[in-house]
Amino acid sequence: MQVEKFYYDNKIVKAFGIATIVFGVVGMIAGLWAAIQMYYPASSLNLQFTTFGRMRPLHTNAIIFAFVGNSMFMGVYYSLQRLCKARMFSDKLSWFHFWGWQAIIAAAAITLLLGFTTGKEYAELEWPIDIAIALVWVVFGINMIGTILIRRERHLYVAIWFYIATWVTVAMLHIVNSFEIPVSLFKSYSWYAGVQDALVQWWYGHNAVAFFLTTPILGIMYYFLPKAANRPVYSYRLSIIHFWALIFIYIWAGPHHLLYTALPDWAQSLGTVFSIMLIAPSWGGMLNGLFTLRGAWDKVREEPVLKFMVVAITCYGMSTFEGPLLSLKNVNAISHFSDWTIAHVHIGGLGWNGFMAFAVLYFLIPKMWNTELYSKKLATNHFWLGTIGIILYAVPLYWAGFEQASMWKQFTPEGQIKYDFLQTVTNIVPMYITRSVGGTLYLIGALMMVYNLFKTIAKGSFVSDEAAEAAPLVKVESHKKEYWHRVIERKPLTMLVLSLILVSIGGLIQIIPTFLVKSNIPTIAAVKPYTPLELQGRDIYIREGCYTCHSQMIRPFRDEVARYGEYSKAGEFVYDHPFQWGSKRTGPDLAREGSPKLKRPDSWHFNHMYEPRSMSPGSLMPAYVWLYDQRIDTGSTPAKIRAMQTLGVPYPEGYDKQANADLMRQAESIANNLRNEKIDTEADLEIIALIAYLQKLGRDITTEPEKVASNQ
Amino acid sequence: MKFINYLEKVSGIDIFGLTSLLIFFLFFTVMLTWVLRTKKSDFQDASEIPLDKQTTTSN
Repeated sequence: MQVEKFYYDNKIVKAFGIATIVFGVVGMIAGLWAAIQMYYPASSLNLQFTTFGRMRPLHTNAIIFAFVGNSMFMGVYYSLQRLCKARMFSDKLSWFHFWGWQAIIAAAAITLLLGFTTGKEYAELEWPIDIAIALVWVVFGINMIGTILIRRERHLYVAIWFYIATWVTVAMLHIVNSFEIPVSLFKSYSWYAGVQDALVQWWYGHNAVAFFLTTPILGIMYYFLPKAANRPVYSYRLSIIHFWALIFIYIWAGPHHLLYTALPDWAQSLGTVFSIMLIAPSWGGMLNGLFTLRGAWDKVREEPVLKFMVVAITCYGMSTFEGPLLSLKNVNAISHFSDWTIAHVHIGGLGWNGFMAFAVLYFLIPKMWNTELYSKKLATNHFWLGTIGIILYAVPLYWAGFEQASMWKQFTPEGQIKYDFLQTVTNIVPMYITRSVGGTLYLIGALMMVYNLFKTIAKGSFVSDEAAEAAPLVKVESHKKEYWHRVIERKPLTMLVLSLILVSIGGLIQIIPTFLVKSNIPTIAAVKPYTPLELQGRDIYIREGCYTCHSQMIRPFRDEVARYGEYSKAGEFVYDHPFQWGSKRTGPDLAREGSPKLKRPDSWHFNHMYEPRSMSPGSLMPAYVWLYDQRIDTGSTPAKIRAMQTLGVPYPEGYDKQANADLMRQAESIANNLRNEKIDTEADLEIIALIAYLQKLGRDITTEPEKVASNQ
Repeated sequence: MKFINYLEKVSGIDIFGLTSLLIFFLFFTVMLTWVLRTKKSDFQDASEIPLDKQTTTSN
């Protein structure tokens, strides 16, 4: 048959590759900066834009969506063309995808530093950017499916299945979790409240890890590992089981982020069971990767690309073993809210995602520039520096997490809490310092790679359109009975629909009952909506990223009840759009901050926010000096009240018009309290709103006798 | 418009649990039966696609 001549588009791969390198370095620097702030708060420069609460979302978003995102697109655009024996469907769409994604990253960086955030982890970007993401993602999908449809290879290789599942699931997660009601151009409220918001958010958050950081990279592994080792994957059969089992089971596991919280118990158990089952497909995939190298370990010794891949796949195996362990309630009781989780995600982030991205870069750049890598020795040094960096990063944090959690739980023989919260934090400062050393080593390694790749590019010449030839597909009239799966494997759209059905099931079965069954969220009559001032204060709390260090979720443990008060109930959060349970306690829980047990005078908060160490010596909290200059944005109050009414918060009809009067009345009363304590302040400053919000936390259910509505 | 608590109770909510177990069981049985019954040689070609042995590519 006549073979066709065509050209692979390397230019788009090059563009995504460069973006991967640039944003990798930027994201790592942001992470290092945030890590240093954790023991040296003044390094925030006391600027609102660079303070931890905004730097941390910048770091996580930059690493997930900019670094890993671009590396995913680099790997997909390179491998998809070759696996389909076709150029990308449309160059225009490729470039729209590239520039659209970079524009989103730029918008994300600016808005996050300015404090525009939805307050939901890894989904912080505000609604206009959410829409842009959806649009660019659809373009990526059209381009990908288009390429698959014009392919010259009959069989869809397993890597492509992973790409298809990634695309369809990320689209679903992003859309469902981003339901929000806009208040202004850069402010919105989550459509969901409290427990429901938490369930949707962690269904999203967990599966962002699964379908943005895992499945596409597994696809990349299934292409680049055989390529680099020059041998087929160990077991293709295993890769099929790996694929279907992974996408089916992963989607159910989200609630393991909410163990011991106010989430209904059945949902928590479901999350645990599916998390344990996840070990099987994950380890199947890891072993499939490692066994591919059987009999080729001599190549690993010489080839930096394989070295990076081996450690990456090993880290994948470690974190997918640790994940299910952390989903056991007894382990989670210790790990959750502590640095253990941070260590866990960085084994995945630094080890699996980072090292896979490095491996692909070291593989692709010499290939596309038609030359050899400038220095294998430098790459090997990068490998070792990175590996030591990961260990030095993770081990101290495992230690810190375990030690802090055990200190939280200790009682004196008299039955008193043994350690102040602050003691448990200052105690782990040396571990925080070591962690940032580990991060620095990892970053230096990455910079060595930048130099190495730059020198490689300098000595090579770029092949922007790589010539290839293959016979076109002809329609086969098979008389042989075919297995149904072989048929599916050739039909990308069937594959896409099947994947969507499979991943929808888990989400639907978990989420729908929580929305429909009233008894899942017992209402508490004493819980009242936020006053306008408290609502504005809450928005400042969200803007400053307080949830990155403070939880608002007291678990039903003896030590937490003794330290913070009555454990949290689902009914307390019905007006929380978005929920602010947090996932980490670098500072204490704040769910009962305004309760009689923990309540502090307004003046304490006023002084504490200005200089935390004046009230809590040794505290690691940043100073929030700008709250004392900036005025409450009262212009937004009516729109905010109306948005809340739309979401079902029972403010009286027409309340939006009187809200600001109430706001000023409450602000004046707080300012008067402060004046009585010899603090002269104006009433319309942001700090006043924040104090009002903090004093509201936990107040409702503790000041009146708890009334539970009759439906319970 | 209100999303929270808008249904007093869902009748027949048990079906959610039963359905999910059934889907899960059937899905894995069918998938595993097929994968384990297929001969290894059938997978051979597919697993060699990344190595690009079948066609010539000028590089």
